[in-house]
Amino acid sequence: MAALPVSARAEEAPEITAAIRDLVGHARATVDGIALRLPTTAENGGQVPVTVVVDSPQTAALHVTAIHILATRNPTPGVASFRLTPAIARAEVQTRIRLAEHQRVIALAVMSDGSLRRAEGEVRVAVGGCLT
Amino acid sequence: MSQPLALPRIRLPRSVRAGEAFEVRCLMEHPMETGLRQEAGQIVPRNLLNRLIVRVDGAPVLDAALRNGTAANPYHVFFLRLERSAEVEFIWSDEGGRSARAAQRVTVT
Repeated sequence: MAALPVSARAEEAPEITAAIRDLVGHARATVDGIALRLPTTAENGGQVPVTVVVDSPQTAALHVTAIHILATRNPTPGVASFRLTPAIARAEVQTRIRLAEHQRVIALAVMSDGSLRRAEGEVRVAVGGCLT
Repeated sequence: MSQPLALPRIRLPRSVRAGEAFEVRCLMEHPMETGLRQEAGQIVPRNLLNRLIVRVDGAPVLDAALRNGTAANPYHVFFLRLERSAEVEFIWSDEGGRSARAAQRVTVT
């Protein structure tokens, strides 16, 4: 399956919508000022490197308060949530995640002014990483 | 659950310039058992390393909630800045009630 353009994508699965709502409420997200770095193909779904970078001055006035990562086709979508403060010099977090199969990964960033940013990316998975 | 957690590994500079971003890396060995995996026909009970807290002189600067999708042996990289010398402290805890701590003094020059 090739990556679909955003406009052509079907409605989000209900459990993903619910997981997003649990994390960030009903805020509408913009897609600017956030990047999600993922490999195109993961040989080992058990250890997939992920970096979320948010364009943010990290000042007391404007900083990222939370970064959330979700996996759309894992047994459960939750991957991790990071609460940040202005002491985090760059709004950037790198982690390693598990992916059960080829899927979309979603990153959400909540800013201190209440705005929400969203990025997503698709990863092909050679060997699934959830049941091993 | 009586086994202690492994020794954490942290990597950050010992001295930095005031206000300048520096990289912090940390790794904690942990199987991150999801409760979905079987071994010899038996479900391996769920036990996730579900929290990492980073503090600077006692004040929390990063608080991570780790869930099913975080890989085994959680590894994180982020960037801190300090205005004055401080102790950077890392505390991990798992659902089995175990925890581990690591700390390093960072001098601002």
